[in-house]
Amino acid sequence: MMTTEEPYNHWRYTLEGDGIGWLTLDKAGSSTNSLSQSVLEELDLLLGVIAATPPKALILRSGKVSGFIAGADVTEFTTISDEATALALITRGQSILSKLAALPLPTIALIHGFCLGGGLELALACQYRVASDDAATRLGLPEVQLGIHPGFGGTVRLTALVGDLTAMELMLSGRTLAAKAALKIGLVDYALPRRHLENAARAMISAPPPHRRLPWRQRMLALLPKALLAGRMRKSVAAKADRHHYPAPYALIDLWQNFGSRDKANYAAEAASVAKLIIGSTARNLLRVFLLQEELKATGRGAGVPIRRVHVIGGGTMGGDIAIWCALQGLEVTIQDIDTARLGQVVKRGAALFSRQLKDGRAIQAALDRLLPDPSGDGVAKADLVIEAIFEDADAKRSLYRQIEPRLRPDAILATNTSSIPLQELASALTRPERLIGLHFFNPVDKMQLVEVVSSPQSDAAILQRGAAFVLAIKRLPLAVSSSPGFLVNRILMPYLLEAVTLVEEGRDPAQVDRAATAFGMPMGPIRLADTVGLDICLSVATILSRHYPVEVPEKLRALVAAGQLGKKSGRGFYDDRHGDHRQGGSEVDTAIADRLILRLLNEAVACWREGVVNSGDRLDAGVIFGTGFAPFRGGPLQHIKASGAAVLLARLQGLEQAHGHRFTPDPGWQELVRAEVSRA
Amino acid sequence: MENKGTYAGGRAVYIVDGNRTPFLKAQAKAGPFAAADLAVGAGKALLARQPFAPEQLDEVIIGCIIPSPDEVNIARIIALRLGCGKKVPAWTVQRNCGSGMQALDSAARNIASGQADLILAGGSEAMSHAPVLLPPATVELLGEWLKARSLGARLQILSRLRPAHFQLVFALLKGLSDPVVNLSMGQTAEILAQRFNISREQMDAYALASHRRSAAAQDAGFFSEISPLYGRDGHVYSSDDGVRRDSDLARLAQLKPVFDRSFGRVTAGNSAQVTDGAALLLLASEVAVQRYNLPVRGRIVDCAWAGLDPAQMGLGPVHAMTPILLRQGLSSSSIDFWEINEAFATQVLACQQAWQDRDYCHNELGLGQPWGAIPADKLNVDGGAVAIGHPVGSSGARIVLHLLHVLERNQAERGMASLCIGGGQGGAMLIERGRGGEHDDN
Repeated sequence: MMTTEEPYNHWRYTLEGDGIGWLTLDKAGSSTNSLSQSVLEELDLLLGVIAATPPKALILRSGKVSGFIAGADVTEFTTISDEATALALITRGQSILSKLAALPLPTIALIHGFCLGGGLELALACQYRVASDDAATRLGLPEVQLGIHPGFGGTVRLTALVGDLTAMELMLSGRTLAAKAALKIGLVDYALPRRHLENAARAMISAPPPHRRLPWRQRMLALLPKALLAGRMRKSVAAKADRHHYPAPYALIDLWQNFGSRDKANYAAEAASVAKLIIGSTARNLLRVFLLQEELKATGRGAGVPIRRVHVIGGGTMGGDIAIWCALQGLEVTIQDIDTARLGQVVKRGAALFSRQLKDGRAIQAALDRLLPDPSGDGVAKADLVIEAIFEDADAKRSLYRQIEPRLRPDAILATNTSSIPLQELASALTRPERLIGLHFFNPVDKMQLVEVVSSPQSDAAILQRGAAFVLAIKRLPLAVSSSPGFLVNRILMPYLLEAVTLVEEGRDPAQVDRAATAFGMPMGPIRLADTVGLDICLSVATILSRHYPVEVPEKLRALVAAGQLGKKSGRGFYDDRHGDHRQGGSEVDTAIADRLILRLLNEAVACWREGVVNSGDRLDAGVIFGTGFAPFRGGPLQHIKASGAAVLLARLQGLEQAHGHRFTPDPGWQELVRAEVSRA
Repeated sequence: MENKGTYAGGRAVYIVDGNRTPFLKAQAKAGPFAAADLAVGAGKALLARQPFAPEQLDEVIIGCIIPSPDEVNIARIIALRLGCGKKVPAWTVQRNCGSGMQALDSAARNIASGQADLILAGGSEAMSHAPVLLPPATVELLGEWLKARSLGARLQILSRLRPAHFQLVFALLKGLSDPVVNLSMGQTAEILAQRFNISREQMDAYALASHRRSAAAQDAGFFSEISPLYGRDGHVYSSDDGVRRDSDLARLAQLKPVFDRSFGRVTAGNSAQVTDGAALLLLASEVAVQRYNLPVRGRIVDCAWAGLDPAQMGLGPVHAMTPILLRQGLSSSSIDFWEINEAFATQVLACQQAWQDRDYCHNELGLGQPWGAIPADKLNVDGGAVAIGHPVGSSGARIVLHLLHVLERNQAERGMASLCIGGGQGGAMLIERGRGGEHDDN
């Protein structure tokens, strides 16, 4: 057996006695593999060595437990400043993978864990792919989620391998596949238990399997005119993403439509398209959001004893859904409510979510076993973490804390899911107030990634850190916020929602108001959002906030709640869901409406930034994006102010103040933003 | 205190807690919970309120007669699903209707002998999930079909299919029959009715009393040993649903005999119901009681198993209880409360008759004097399986658990739980409240 010596940091090449070469990527200084420039350059050197003395066959694999290759090293994208540099880097990567593809010997990628983006493009440059069939293995080209599309030949090789339509659907959605699904479309040659990957590779070398032909349906569809298919793709993309906000999927469709018969030209076109996208503002902002997401995750890493048992008190929507989510993520959960019928509903919702998410019957059963309805509250005494999610009443919460505190384990954390009551008001009921933190989840828990980790002045730092680690462990994003009323997300969201209600009160059509917001890039209009959250909840949060901030609650909101029109849950709010009210505001967008909505949101964001509700502007942006869905391609409210010009926006805000009064009075923080802008210029 | 009888010379065996599911009457289809689901439902709630972690159990022993085909060694499945971890061993016991009590006895033996300190034991049965099987001739054809390669061979196999091949075998009915004497359990009850001259009216009156007692006990909150079960559809099952409040003698009299259809007396109304349910107890040694500061609610004093004519299996309780009373030196009056599982109303009545019958006591039990009947107000005071149901593998554990609750409620000292066992056996268990003896006036 022969093994390569240094100078290779990331790769290891071993030639075994049977003539098979094993090429293993074990990226230095990292727990996951990614395709950085240095990884690619080393690969290039090694491919030269291999081509000079070709082995009988070459097997590529990962030396990491975590998976194959998670994608390109996106941090390197941030250093790219112009299109020419981008093009050069992409072309270089393409040429190295083409070298691999051109090797005159069988090449096989052995895949376990993440095989995404550039990682899959590398695997696509091999002749065969064998994937582990466990739950951790995911394959896909999710580049569109970062505002670009595959650039290392993925668009060319994937379409050739699995058929144009299947490939385009995968790349346009950015969704990832389990090994079995990848096998079904022909992306991998085998989906096997991990223990068989190497055996399969050896067997494939001694008896190479024939290359699969595309299924007849794919071949028939490919005969249709490309323009027709591209038109249909554009239409379906347009339903989800605006061309101006998210150019990448449209660029991908254009690229595909213009593919010629010569691969070389197609690779060049792919590279040119990505180079253009990668320096655009959408890609930059999405990349920034991705990195901020990683930063938030990092705040939850490496802290203390992990939480294993969670006890949730309050079996309503939030309490129940938090309990269900924790059980789904593998924790032992007890959910307490006096009303067993509510607990029954929690089990029902849990069974539905587990079935959707887990599919496998045994896994669903195990998750249900972890979710124990606990009408008498036995779980309090054993829990590492008790989450209180009862109704928003400070007295009721304090009285509950007094009851349960003597039963808590000495090291247990007590967390409240209050959305607006300052923690100081609640901690007074405890003999050990330092163990109270806020864990503010958003509805729906299974969709909303953010959890505000709220500290009061009395909260213990180590306990807060353990709370953040818990949030990360259940695959949510922890955002540390201080305990001012409404914390970050609700406080920023509420002026925007209330302004929308005021606009309706003034006679605007709700659909027109919503259209202005979605045109800005919000995932859902504010009126639709209020209906979804529940107008009673909006009113309650607004009322609490109005005690602390100059927030006026529009009469219309009170009137609707008084009339029992609570939104979706009562069948009717601003919209009439009983009759399938899907009004669209037409294509005309009233920018005056958008200004009033967005500037109130931005103004509140500036106030939160100035007050230090979150400890950095970047994290504030991340929090608002993941907590409210604020247009991700704009990079968050502060980033948006920067991009639009603080002075310009301030002037518009002052104009609105004159027209509509003090609810538009600019926060003092704007002055600092304008000063910073001037000094940058 | 020195143990006598089964656990002689061993350590004391304490009952520290127990819990059961509501017993759910089998409908025409498989119920919402499989046997393992039932035991996990009861066990999760039971373990959640303990000061120790499930991993700290020494073993799990479960009685179950008809687990589903995917529940082989169901005790191990239950233990793992309860979060006991891979290191806690678990085993399943089967002594027909005595299985739940057998689990308690096996646990008690291991604690008495010092092999274990803390055991979760009991029974679980989902009778509504009993499998339906193909007859052997059909299985044979199926085997040939799987081997057949050509269309012709397959057609040839199809041509041999006869209506008899579609005669399904109901495991539940087979399970409730004695293959040696070729009698259904109901027919053995008919034999007892004949032998002791028990009328249809007596049986129906007993059955009605069972329902009335259970309904009264439900109203009084005497079934605090139950934790609710939650279905995947959100339905909450919180009490035994076989208890009928609308029953009366006239209605019971209208029911047709089901076992000896022409001239029999045993009906569905005066027999135990076919039911799904699980009952679990936590048994501990003094060592475990001290280590985890567990409450000592009761003590398992003795247990006995007896064999008798399979055709008269319903008399099993008198055969099992008698030796315990003799070797413990107890008179009938020193037992405060009794539970005899109501497999059939007539079978409980026959036990009462047998203990009053000079010849039976002399010839079958070797007693010089008849033992005498158990006072009706001391026996099955909260009703029994006729009203609550008899999930065969669990009943033995249920009657011991409920007996302990009855003793606690009445501040009584000593109770006897017993049941008849298909195949011609009886099982009995003597328990005392608290550590035993400490409240005794004698």
